[in-house]
Amino acid sequence: MKLKQLVLSVAAVVGVSLSLLNVASAQVTVRMMHVDQNPDVQAFYADVAKRFEATKPGVKIDVQYMENQAYKAKLTTLLQSPERPNIIYSWGGGVMREQVKAGVIEDITSPMNAQWKERFIPSAIQSFTLDGKIVGVPFQTAQVGFFYNKDLFAKAGVDSAAIKTWDDLLGSVKKLQAAGITPIITGGGDKWPLHFYWSHLAIRIGGKPAFEAALRGEGKGFAEDTFVRAGDMLKQLSDLKPFQNGYLATTFPQSAGMFGDGKGAMALQLNGMLGSMRANSADKIGIPDEKLGWFAFPTVTGGKGDPSDTLGGMNGWLVTKGSPKEAAEFLRFFSELSNQKIAAEKGLYLPVVNGSTEAIKRPVLRMLAENVGRAKYHQVYYDQMLGASVGAVVNDISQGIAADKIKPADAAAAVQAAWKQAN
Amino acid sequence: MKKISGTGAAIWLLLPPALMLFTLFVALPMGEAAWYSFYNWNGYGTPTEFVGWKNFQRLFETPAFRTALFNNGLIIAVSLLIQLPLALAMAVLLSERLAGTNTFRLIFFLPYVLAEIAAGLIWRFAYDGDYGLLAKIWNATLGNAPHVLADPDFAMAAILVVIVWKYFGFHMVLYIAGLQQIDRNLYEAARIDGATRWQLFTNITFPLLGSTIKLSVFFAILGSLQLFDLIMPLTKGGPFDSTQTMVSFLYNYGITRMQIGFGSAIGVVIFLICVTFAFFYKRMVMRDEN
Repeated sequence: MKLKQLVLSVAAVVGVSLSLLNVASAQVTVRMMHVDQNPDVQAFYADVAKRFEATKPGVKIDVQYMENQAYKAKLTTLLQSPERPNIIYSWGGGVMREQVKAGVIEDITSPMNAQWKERFIPSAIQSFTLDGKIVGVPFQTAQVGFFYNKDLFAKAGVDSAAIKTWDDLLGSVKKLQAAGITPIITGGGDKWPLHFYWSHLAIRIGGKPAFEAALRGEGKGFAEDTFVRAGDMLKQLSDLKPFQNGYLATTFPQSAGMFGDGKGAMALQLNGMLGSMRANSADKIGIPDEKLGWFAFPTVTGGKGDPSDTLGGMNGWLVTKGSPKEAAEFLRFFSELSNQKIAAEKGLYLPVVNGSTEAIKRPVLRMLAENVGRAKYHQVYYDQMLGASVGAVVNDISQGIAADKIKPADAAAAVQAAWKQAN
Repeated sequence: MKKISGTGAAIWLLLPPALMLFTLFVALPMGEAAWYSFYNWNGYGTPTEFVGWKNFQRLFETPAFRTALFNNGLIIAVSLLIQLPLALAMAVLLSERLAGTNTFRLIFFLPYVLAEIAAGLIWRFAYDGDYGLLAKIWNATLGNAPHVLADPDFAMAAILVVIVWKYFGFHMVLYIAGLQQIDRNLYEAARIDGATRWQLFTNITFPLLGSTIKLSVFFAILGSLQLFDLIMPLTKGGPFDSTQTMVSFLYNYGITRMQIGFGSAIGVVIFLICVTFAFFYKRMVMRDEN
């Protein structure tokens, strides 16, 4: 009896492996790796993949999820192994530049030139163009700005429409404090939420020219006045003690929950916070849309940046070296307007394909997508743009300035030193 | 045909796989790390930019690394001066056959069984300045609870408490095992001679527990040098690197910043410290064991 079972199971295993082998030889498998934890987004990817497979017999799209931090830590090794996925998730910027330089990413300029790149908003293609070569397929953007709690603003008598300049923001912080309300919630323990202040201030003060000059190493680079002043102004804000108690240990998800629970009036965040807010609020709802407001990062008096300039993300997909041509074909299918409209309608992310914005139903999200679409200059987060090592220093010093641990001039000098060390 | 002796055959049969695995997964990576540590390298391709001792120089110039070294020293000190004596005291108390000792042994050993990440997260909640256990007690008695993990002056102390809580149970169990090896007759004889409890401890328990204590000190110091997974859920080394240990420093400054050369230099330094310690400890302190 036992022997019979054993023989049968061995036969079954051999049979299955043989049949798998048969199928595999007839198929092209494209492996795609992403970091989206949201089950709705995962379902969307799976659905697009399934419909692509239906049009292309013999092609299989294998969509795999990996946790964000683990993915970032593992990617360097993964990309250099023969087991690398064919399509990888990318935040663009410095890390992508290193990957392209290392020769592990496919140049997709020619398929893109065949009536593909026209689908995207210009800043999206720009973000994935290096030295005239297109190296990635953009798919989603995000904008950083102030989300606020309308009830708490009303209670303190603050009018969001009147917050135009940095001084207005400082004034509203004082007003909120006078009303006994914590003005700003931030996930300071994770550092990057604080770097939004430093980098957005720099964008308002110096605009695109200042950042590009620093990248080229002109003058004192990141130790130039623009970046010192960004620190000075961040210190102006943090001197008012606007953040919740213990913000230096608060993580981003925690902070999103606190904001959703009404523990503070504002949060400088990207639109991705809305999902985290829902997941981490005590009531699993957070602030409902009708009570949730948004205003753009205030301008700086005498600043060279255009008020329409935006800071945010520009994420995309990269095709790895040696991948079958079906990888790019799938991405072309993925970025078709009809597919991106589905993502827009469901509010999964802010797509960057022309004509998709109109499909976004949630007003707050649609406004942000329109902002990015209109912006003459969309800056990708400094901590992504400048690469892993310099980005980490930007995050360090932003937290340091906020807590008065480092002087703004020293902070700017530290960023410049890290930039020189890395480039 | 000549017959190979039993031991010889066993060596030829069993050594190669082990030796190969050891070379592949221990010796080779160590050698590679030592090689990488002389390069400025982000992990892509092969390292080409030779920088000599610069990574090591930069390492010792980084204030966060000095903090990490100091913190590791602090953890060792607390382990030796607070954790082990506490574990020994508990072991002596709980090795007696009284009702309830088994329950207490279990309770004290429980933290050690818990995964480090889980323990860290639990304590993160306990330390939370708004909702945490500590805050509730503090608010009820002293008013306005601090956010201990957000304060660079207190965060390390808070972590040390967790370390003692987490690991003293392990050492306690080691000591209880050691205590059970001691001949009961010795105590009886001493008691007949009129020895006090303290005399029993200093003249019988402590000397006869010597080898166990030496082993536990060895584990405590090596564990302290390698501490990492409790730090990450609690503070990630922050605020302002005040709770960085050598290994969390390696992770934060080497791996996440894609500075593999620099990270390797940190690894080499940690390795040398551990090996030097282990070598001398075995030679000087544990030489008459076995």
